[in-house]
Amino acid sequence: MSATVDDRTPAAPPRSAFARGPWRSLDELAGSEELRRFVETEFPAFHRRLAAGVDRRTLLKLMGASLALGGLAACTPAQEIVPYVRQPENVVPGRPLFYATALRSGAYGIGAVVESHEGRPTKVEGNPDHPSSLGATDAVMQAAVLELFDPERSRTPLKAGEPASWAAFLDHAHALRDELERTRGRGAAILLDPVASPTLERQLVALRAAWPLLRLYRHDPLAATGLAEATQAAFGRALAPLPRLDRADAIVSLDADFLAEGPGRLAHARVFADRRRVRGPRDGMSRLYAAESTPTLTGAAADHRLALRPSRVGALAAELAAAVETLTAVGRPEAGEGWIAAAAADLVAAGPAGLVLAGDHQPARVHRAALAINARLGALGRSLALIEPSDALAADGGLDALVAAIGVGEVTTLLVLGANPLHTAPADLDVAAAFGRLRELVHHGAYVDETGRRAHWHIPAAHELESWSDVRGHDGTASIVQPLIAPLHQGRTAHEVLAALAGDVTPDALALVRATWRDALDDPAWGEALRAGVVKGTAAAPVDIPAASVPSVGDGAPAPGEGEDIDIRFVPDPWLRDGRHANSALLQELPRPLTKLVWGNAVLVSPALAARLRAEPGQMLEIALDGRTIEAPVWIAPGHPDGTVTLTLGHGRAEAGAVARMAAGYDAFRLRGSAAPWIATGARLALREPVQRVLTTQHHQSMEGRDIVRHASLAGFREKPDFAHGSPPAPDDTLYPRWDYPHEAWGMVIDQTACIGCMACVSACQAENNIPTVGPDECERGREMHWLRVDRYYEGPPDAPDTHFQPVPCMHCEQAPCEVVCPVNATVHTHDGLNAQVYNRCIGTRYCSQNCPYKVRRFNFVEHQDFDAPGLEAAANNPNVSVRSRGVMEKCTYCVQRISAARIAAQIANREIADGEVVTACQQSCPARAITFGNLNDPASRVAAEKAAPHNYALLEELNTRPRTTYLARIVNPVGDDGKTEEGGHG
Amino acid sequence: MADAAATRAARPPVLRGRHDRDEITGRIGSIVLRGRLPRLFWPAFFVAFLFVLLFFFSIAWLISVGVGAYGINIPVAWGTMISNFVWWIGIGHAGTLISAVLLLLRQPWRASINRFAEAMTLFAVAMAGLFPILHLGRPWFFYWLLPLPNTHMHWPQWRSPLVWDFTAIATYATVSLLFWYMGLIPDLAILRDRARTRAGQLFYGILALGWRGSAFHWARFDRTYYLLAALATPLVVSVHSIVSLDFTFALIPGYHSTIFPPYFVAGALYSGFAMVLTIAIPLRRAFAVEDLITARHLDNAARVMIAAGMVVAYGYLSEAFFAWYSGDTYEQTTMWRRAFGPYAPLFWVMLACNVGVLQALWLRRVRFSPLALWIAAVLINLGMWLERYVIVVSGLANDFLPSSWGTQSLAWLDYGIFLGSLGTFFALVFLFIRILPAITIFEVEELADEKAGRA
Repeated sequence: MSATVDDRTPAAPPRSAFARGPWRSLDELAGSEELRRFVETEFPAFHRRLAAGVDRRTLLKLMGASLALGGLAACTPAQEIVPYVRQPENVVPGRPLFYATALRSGAYGIGAVVESHEGRPTKVEGNPDHPSSLGATDAVMQAAVLELFDPERSRTPLKAGEPASWAAFLDHAHALRDELERTRGRGAAILLDPVASPTLERQLVALRAAWPLLRLYRHDPLAATGLAEATQAAFGRALAPLPRLDRADAIVSLDADFLAEGPGRLAHARVFADRRRVRGPRDGMSRLYAAESTPTLTGAAADHRLALRPSRVGALAAELAAAVETLTAVGRPEAGEGWIAAAAADLVAAGPAGLVLAGDHQPARVHRAALAINARLGALGRSLALIEPSDALAADGGLDALVAAIGVGEVTTLLVLGANPLHTAPADLDVAAAFGRLRELVHHGAYVDETGRRAHWHIPAAHELESWSDVRGHDGTASIVQPLIAPLHQGRTAHEVLAALAGDVTPDALALVRATWRDALDDPAWGEALRAGVVKGTAAAPVDIPAASVPSVGDGAPAPGEGEDIDIRFVPDPWLRDGRHANSALLQELPRPLTKLVWGNAVLVSPALAARLRAEPGQMLEIALDGRTIEAPVWIAPGHPDGTVTLTLGHGRAEAGAVARMAAGYDAFRLRGSAAPWIATGARLALREPVQRVLTTQHHQSMEGRDIVRHASLAGFREKPDFAHGSPPAPDDTLYPRWDYPHEAWGMVIDQTACIGCMACVSACQAENNIPTVGPDECERGREMHWLRVDRYYEGPPDAPDTHFQPVPCMHCEQAPCEVVCPVNATVHTHDGLNAQVYNRCIGTRYCSQNCPYKVRRFNFVEHQDFDAPGLEAAANNPNVSVRSRGVMEKCTYCVQRISAARIAAQIANREIADGEVVTACQQSCPARAITFGNLNDPASRVAAEKAAPHNYALLEELNTRPRTTYLARIVNPVGDDGKTEEGGHG
Repeated sequence: MADAAATRAARPPVLRGRHDRDEITGRIGSIVLRGRLPRLFWPAFFVAFLFVLLFFFSIAWLISVGVGAYGINIPVAWGTMISNFVWWIGIGHAGTLISAVLLLLRQPWRASINRFAEAMTLFAVAMAGLFPILHLGRPWFFYWLLPLPNTHMHWPQWRSPLVWDFTAIATYATVSLLFWYMGLIPDLAILRDRARTRAGQLFYGILALGWRGSAFHWARFDRTYYLLAALATPLVVSVHSIVSLDFTFALIPGYHSTIFPPYFVAGALYSGFAMVLTIAIPLRRAFAVEDLITARHLDNAARVMIAAGMVVAYGYLSEAFFAWYSGDTYEQTTMWRRAFGPYAPLFWVMLACNVGVLQALWLRRVRFSPLALWIAAVLINLGMWLERYVIVVSGLANDFLPSSWGTQSLAWLDYGIFLGSLGTFFALVFLFIRILPAITIFEVEELADEKAGRA
C-alpha cells in the first residue's frame, strides 16, 4: 500500500481544490478549514498525502475502504456480546496455556515459559531449553507479570506532557524522517539502552546506512568496560567469557559474583550446584575461593571467602598470578599459608580444571590477570570459553560522548530508547542541562520517568509480555520474544518506534522480527523457534585463542593507601537493578538476599567500621566523594570488608510511581562519578544524628547455638555421613492415632548445600499463590506475607562469618501443632499428608501461628485485596488459588493447586501421578535445584532418594512434629579437610 | 501464740456500731430508691461514660479496619486482647470466691461486700467475654465455636483449648449471673415494698419474682443459694485452669508449663481481691458505709491477697527455676530474654508490683490504712495486667527459630479498647449502684440481728 501512496513532501493544503481537478466532498470543494483539521486529527499520517492529491486508483481504493469502514463504524454502538459457543483453538477454559518467550535481564535475555489463562499471563517459569535459564528463573523475572499489569505504566503517548495519539506521533515521526532524509541524519542521535536483539541491531544498522550522519550512543548504567578493554588489549577484539563451571574443580572469584550477577547467573548456579551435590561419602565437590569487596551470594557459597577493599582486588589478582606462576614453575603445588597460597595451590593442582573469574566491575588489569592465570593453567577453552559478545553493536560512545556532542551542538534531536539517563547518569555529567539544549527529545519507555517527563515526545513502551522481539542469551543463543497479550495500553516496541522513524506508516513488530529471521528460519523453523523458545544453532561458538596471544599479567598497579580514605563499592540493587523495577511492590518487598532489607536501601558498612564511627543501624551517614555528598542510613553487614562502604543503585527515585514513593532509600547515582562508576576511592564519611527507619524482615542473625542449619566439611561428612542426626534420636510418640496414606504422601527436601539464597523461590511462591504485598508500614510491624522465607544466619566472627541460607516453607508436619489448636477445624490434615488451611472456615484466632514452632503461617491483619473494585493488578492473580480476605490465616500449601491439576490429569488417564509431575513453584524456579518435591510413598521417587541421604534431617525434630519438609545438611569443602593438610578440626 | 490471740482480739468487728433493720434498709435502699448519691457520682459516671464511647468507637474501628489495627504481628500474633481477657477473668474470680466459697465456709464478713463483688464478677466476665471475640480476625463468626448444627457443617474442633475455654467461660458467666440474681431476689422484694413510684414498684416487682419472704421462700432460697454456691465453687478453680490451658497446651517456650493452672488461679484471686479493694475503698467512703464495710473487710481482703500473691511469687520462682533446671535451651532463652530482652522493663515493673508491693501488706499499718491499701491494690492490678501481657508476648517474641524473632508494639487501639473496657466496667458498676442495692440488705440485716442478739 505504501507503494501507491505518494511520499512527497506535502504542499500546503489547497485553498480551492476546484481549480486542481477532482474533489472529494463539498467541504473540500469549498476548501473548508474544518475538513483539513478533521483529516489532520483523524488520519494524521495521511492528511498531507491526501491534500497533495491522489490518482484515480488510489481514490477508488480509499473510497472502497471508506465504505467498508463506514459500515464498521455503524456496527460499533450495538456492543453485542458473543457467547462462548465456539472456543478459540487450543483455549480450554480453566486450562492454562504455556508460551515460550524470553525476558530481558540487562542487555541479554533469559528464556521463559509463561503461563496464560484465557489469554491472561499469570506466571513466569524458566525455559528448560534455554541455556541461560535451564528451567530456572530469578526473582526479578517472577515480577514480570505484575509489572505488566502495573496500573502506573505509561499508557498513552505524550506530546509536551499532554496526551497525544500514536497517530499523531507517527505524523511527527514522518516529518522528522523527511527532515533526516534531507540532512542524512545530521544532528540526530539515538540513545540506546543496549539489548542484544538482532532485530534492533538490524534496524539500527539499516538506519545508519540510510542516514550516515545519525549517531548512536549506548547508556547502560550497570555495564562495565574492564573485560572488554582487557580482551581488546589481549586479543584485539572484545570478547565475553563463558565459564564452564561444570568442568572446574577449583574456582577462584576475584570479586566476581557469578552466582547472582550477569546474564548467565542462573546457568552458573545450576552447574555450580551440580558439581557440589553430595549424597554419599564417595561424591566429590568443586572448591570455590571468593575474594570480594562486598558481601555477595558467591562469597556466601564459597569454601574460602576473603573480604577486601575493592581497590585492593587488583593487587590481590597480581599476587595470585605470581603465586600461580611460581608454583607452576616449581611443578609441585605446595599449599602455603593464607588465602592466596591455598587458592594458587588448588588452581595449579586443578590445571585446566581451574578457573579464575574477575568481577565485571573490576578494572581491566584484574581481568587481564585473571585471563593470564587461566591461560597459564590451560583453562582457556576448557573451563573458560571466550565468545563474541552478543550486543556488539558499534556505537559512537556512551552518555558522556552524547553530552559532549550536545554541548557542541552536533546533536539537536535525540531519541532515547528505553534508557532513563536523567536518573541513571553519573552525577558529574549534567545530562539535564544538556537535554535542555536539545531541539527535540523523544523518549520511549515503560514509565513516564525522569527522562519521559522532560521529553518533548514520550512514547509508552510495550511490556516484554506484550511485545514481538528477539533477544540473545548470555551464550549468544537467540530467542524470539512473543507477546502473551495484546498491549493493554498504547505501548509500542522499540522496533515499531524505529520503523516509524524509518518511514513505515503501519509498523508491525511481528513483521519486523520475522523479517530479521526471514533467511535463517523458514516458516516451520520459525514455528519451532517460537514453540521451543530458542532459535537452534544460534549459540556463539567459542573463539579459538592462539597460544601466542596469551596476555601477560601486566604491571602491578600501585596499591592504594590504607589511610582514612574510604572505598565505595557501588552495586545494583539485586531486584530493582538501575531503578527500572522501582515501581514493583513485589520486588520492593522481597528481602535482599543478605541484608534482608525491604522497601529501601542502606549504606553497608563492616561491623568494625560501624564501631569506629559509633554508628547505630539506621543512623544517617554522610558520604562525600569528589565534592558530592549524599546521606544514607547505616546498615551493618557482617563480613563486609573494612574501610569500604557499599552503596546500592536503583533506589531513591522520586518520579517512578506510587509504589516507589512508598519506599525509603537514597539515590546512589547522585554520588557516582563517570570516571570510576563501580569502585571509588577517597570517600569521606561523617555520621549524622538523625535515625531513619530501615526495614528488615529478619531481626536476629545468629542461630543462638541451636542446631538449625546443620553443616560439616566434606571430610567430616565422609567420616560421619549421618553427622546431622541428633543424639538422642528425636521422639516419636503420639497420643493420637497415626495417619494412614493409601495414595500419595507428599514431601519435600531442601538441599542447603545447593541453596545459594537467591530468593527466586520466594518470589516465585508469591507470584504463584497470589500472595499480597503489604507495604513498608506493615513490614515495619512484622506483617510481611511471604509463605516461604529464606533465613540467613551468620556464624563465626562478625568480620568474617560463615553465611548460611535456609529456605523455610511450611513443614507440613505429620503431627502438626497447628492442627490440634484450631477451634474451628480450619487447619486440617489431608489424605495425602498436606497440612491444609481452609480459608473459609478460619475465624482468625491465630492460635495455629502461635503454636507453629517454625512460624511459617501468615495472617491477613488487614485487607490486602480489593474485592469491590479490583485494580488492574488483580489480572495477574493465579485463578487456581483463592485470594484471601482479611482476618484469615494462610501459609504454604505445597502448591496444592498444582497437585490437584496433576491428580485430575492422572485420574482422567487412569494412572498414578508420576514422579516429577508435580513441581512446586519454589522448586521450579530454583536455579540450583535445591528443592525436591514428590511422593514419599513411591520408593523410586527422587524425593524418597533425597530423604534417604545420610545427612537428611528435620528442623526442630526434638519437638516431635515430624515435618514432611526436611533438609540436607550443608556441606562445604574447605582446604585442609581433604587429607592434604589435615588439622584435625572436624573431629 | 499469745500475740496471735491479742491480734485477733484487736481485729476490728465485721460491723461497727449497732444497727437495726429499718436503718440498714433505709440507708442502702435510699441510694437506689431516692437517688441519695454523693455529689460527684454523676460527674464520675460521665467520665466513665466517655470511656464507654471510646470503647464503642474502638470496636467500630476494629471491625472496619481489622485486627491489623492492633500492634500484633507474626511471630507475636496474640496481644493485649488475650492479656485483657485473662486479666478480666481473673478479676471476676474474687467475686465468686467471696460469694460462693466464703458462703460455704460460713464466713460472715462476706455479707456486706458479696453483692458488689458478685456484680464485679459479672461485669468483669462480661468484659472478659468480649475480648476473645475482639481478638478474632473475623469477629462476626465467633459463634462458629459453638456446637451448632448449621448449614456450614461446622463443628468445633474439640482438641482445641479455645473450645474448652469458650465452654468454661460460658458456664462461668451463666452460673455467676444466676448466683447474683438469686441473691438479689430478697433485696429486690424489699425495694419493691419500699418503692414509692409506680415505675419503681413495677420494675422491682417484676424482678423480685413474687418474693413474699415466707418461711417456705426462705427455706427454698437457702437451699438453692447453697446449691448454686456449691456449683460455683469448682468454677473458681476450673475457669482459670482452663484459661491457662490456652497457654500450656501450646509448645511455645514460656507457655508450655504445668505450673500454669494453679498459678493462674492464684493470680486470678490475687488480682480479683485487688480489684475488690480498688472498688470497695472509694465506695465505702463515698457512700459513708464505713460501718458496714469495715476495716475488718479490708484487712481480710489484704490477707487473702498476701496468700494468693505469695503463691504467684512462688509461681514466678518455679518458672525461672524449671527453665534453668530443664536444660531446655528454648525455655532458658525465653526466661532470660523475658528478664533482659526487649520486654525486660515490663517484666521488672510486673515483679515490683506483684511481689514488691505485696510485701507492704505484711505491715498491719498498711492493711489498716485505706489509702495505702488502695494504692497497693491499684499497683497490683497493673502488675497483674503486665504479668498476663508478659506471658502472652515474651515467649512468642523469641521462640524456636531466631530468624523469626520479633516483638510487637502497642497501637492506639490496644490502649483504646483496654481503657474503654475499664470505662465500661466502671460505668456498669455506677449503674449497678444506682439501680440495685450494692450491699446485700437482708444479709447485713441478718448480721446486725445476730450481733444484736449476741450483744
